[in-house]
Amino acid sequence: MAFIKILFNAVADPRLFFLLAVAGLALVVWKREHVASNTIGYGGLGILGAFFVFGTFDPYFRLIVTKPDNVPIVGLIFMLVFFVWFSIREGVLNDRRIAAGQGPIEKAEADRVWVWPDLVYTELISLILCSVILIVWSIFLKAPLEQPANPANTPNPSKAPWYFLGLQEMLVYFDPWLAGVVLPSLIIVGLICIPYIDKNPKGNGYYTFTERRAEITIFLFGFAVLWSSLIVLGTFLRGPNWNFFGPFEFWDIHKLAALNNVNLSEYVWVRTLRTGLPSNWFIREIFGIILVLFYILALPVILAKAWFKGYYEKMGGPRYYVGAFLFLMMMALPIKMLARWLFNLKYIVSIGEYFFNI
Amino acid sequence: MAETKTVAPKQSGLERFWNWLTETQAWTSIFRHGRPTTDRNRVLVMLSNVFLHLHPVRIRKSGVKLRYTWCMGGMSFFLFLSLTLTGLLLMFYYRPTLEYAYTDIVGLREHVPLGIMREMHRWGAHAMVITVWLHMFRVFMTGSYKPPREFNWSVGVVMLVLTLLLSFTGYLLPWDQLAIWAITVGSNMARATPFLGHEGPGASLLRLGDVPLIHAQDDARFALLGGTFVGEAALLRFYVLHCVGLPLGIAVLMAVHFWRVRKDGGISGPL
Repeated sequence: MAFIKILFNAVADPRLFFLLAVAGLALVVWKREHVASNTIGYGGLGILGAFFVFGTFDPYFRLIVTKPDNVPIVGLIFMLVFFVWFSIREGVLNDRRIAAGQGPIEKAEADRVWVWPDLVYTELISLILCSVILIVWSIFLKAPLEQPANPANTPNPSKAPWYFLGLQEMLVYFDPWLAGVVLPSLIIVGLICIPYIDKNPKGNGYYTFTERRAEITIFLFGFAVLWSSLIVLGTFLRGPNWNFFGPFEFWDIHKLAALNNVNLSEYVWVRTLRTGLPSNWFIREIFGIILVLFYILALPVILAKAWFKGYYEKMGGPRYYVGAFLFLMMMALPIKMLARWLFNLKYIVSIGEYFFNI
Repeated sequence: MAETKTVAPKQSGLERFWNWLTETQAWTSIFRHGRPTTDRNRVLVMLSNVFLHLHPVRIRKSGVKLRYTWCMGGMSFFLFLSLTLTGLLLMFYYRPTLEYAYTDIVGLREHVPLGIMREMHRWGAHAMVITVWLHMFRVFMTGSYKPPREFNWSVGVVMLVLTLLLSFTGYLLPWDQLAIWAITVGSNMARATPFLGHEGPGASLLRLGDVPLIHAQDDARFALLGGTFVGEAALLRFYVLHCVGLPLGIAVLMAVHFWRVRKDGGISGPL
C-alpha cells in the first residue's frame, strides 16, 4: 500500500504529470479507434473512481480533496475525462459513417421535430434534475467559511479561486505581467479569433475527428492539457510556498525545494564566455532579446516556408500569421516549462530595471 | 331501422375539471390557443408565449438529442437564473461593509434553520463555470463556431469572461480569510499590467520629468480595488459589480447570444 502511494506521489511530480498528460493526449488522438469503445471509456472512468475511493482512505489525500471548494474540481475531473472521451467517440463513429458514404449521424437526423413537446420536455427534465442535484449538493456540503478576513495574517499557500489556478501555476514559469495579464488576455483574444482563423469548411455542425485533426488536437492540448490539468495540479498538488506535494504527502510547511534557477544571460556571459555580466542591460540581455524576437517574428516566417507550408497556402498570409502568433504564444508555456526542468532556466530576457522579464 | 346512439367516452373527474378549467374566461385570456396536441396549437404555443418564443417552432432532430448538445448551454442559463434568485435572497441579509459582511454570513449560517441559499449560490456558481466550459467544448467539438456562427462564438467568449468575473467578484463577499487572500492573489496580477501597473514593464517610462504617472495610488490595481489593498472600497466595488454591473452585462449578451442562435439558422447541424 505504501509503495503504491509512493508511486503515485512520484508520478504526480509536475514534470512527469505534464509529460504524462501530453502522452495521454497523443495516445487518445493516435489510438482513437480503440479509445472509442465503451470498455475504454467507462473502464477509464471506473479506474479514476477507484483511485479516488482508494485515496480517501489516506488522511492527507482526504484533507485536500474534501475541502468544500475543491469538490467541484473532483467533479470537473470526471466530467472532463468523460466528455473528452465521449466527443472523441462521437467523432470516430461519425468518421466511420462518413468513410462508408453515409454522412454523419447528424445528417440523418436533419428532419424537424416539434419543439413542443420534444425540446420543451427535455428542458423541463434537465431543469428538474439540475435543481435536484444542486439542492442535494447544498444540503450535504456546507459552503466554506474560514476565520474573518485579517490582512495581517497571510495563509500559506494563498490560492486564487480554483478556475484561476492554472494561471497561478504559470507564475512558476513566467512573471506576473505575462502569466497574469498578457497570456490570459491572449487566451481570450485567441478564443475569439478561432472562427476567423479556422478556414476549414468541413466538420461544421457534427462530431468528427478526421476532417479536423489539427484543430481538435490543438484545442485539446490547450483546454485539457494546459488549462485543465494545470488547474488540477495547482489545486491538489501545490502546497505551502507553492511547493509540489504528492497526493498522499503531508503539506509540510518546512519542505525545502532546491531553487538554483539561472538566467540565460548568466549561461552565456558567465558560464560560456567566462566573463562578468555586462553592466549595460541591453548588451547583457542581447542574446535573450534576439532569441525572443526570433521566436515571435522570424519563426512564423520560417515555419510558413517549411513545416506549415500547407497551412500558409490554405489560410493566406494574415490568417496564418495571426494563427501562428497565437499558437507560438500557447507553446511558450510548455517550452518555458521544459527549459526550466532541463536547464534550470529562470529568465530568457531579464531586465529587472524595467520589470521586464521573460 | 334502429337508431344508433353516440356514446360519449367516459371522462374522469380530473379530465372534466381540466376541460372546465381550460374553458374559463381567465384561462382563455392567458392562453389564446387550445392544448398543444394538434400541429396548429403546437405552433401557437411557441408563438404566443414570450418565454417559449426564444425557441423556434420546429427544430432539427439532432438538436434535441443529449448526445449532440449535452444540454450544457441550457444548464448554464438555468444556473444563471437560479443564481439570480438565490443571490436576490442573499442580498436581503448581507451588508457589504467591514463591520457586517462577515457577521451577516455567520448569521446566515447559524440563525437560518435548514438554510441552503448560500450553499446553492456557491455551488451553483462553481457548477456554472464548469457548464460554461463544457458548453464551449461541445461547441468546439461539433465545429459549431464555423460560419455563419463566428460572431456568436465571440459573444460566448465574452460571456465566459463575465462568468469568471462574476464568480471572482462574488468570492470576496463572505469577507473571510479564504475570500480576501484569493482576491489579493488575483488582483496582485493587475499591478504587473504593462504600462498601466506600477510594477509592470514600461510603467516607469510614463513620467513627466521626475513625476511618475503610474504609481501604486493610480494604477490598474488601484482602479480594480479602489485602494492599494483589499479593503472596504474593494468590498463595495466587488459587491456592486457582482450584484448589478456584471449581471446586467451578461444578461444583455445572453439576449444577443440566444437571438443570434435563431438568426444564424438555429442549432448547428451539417449543412
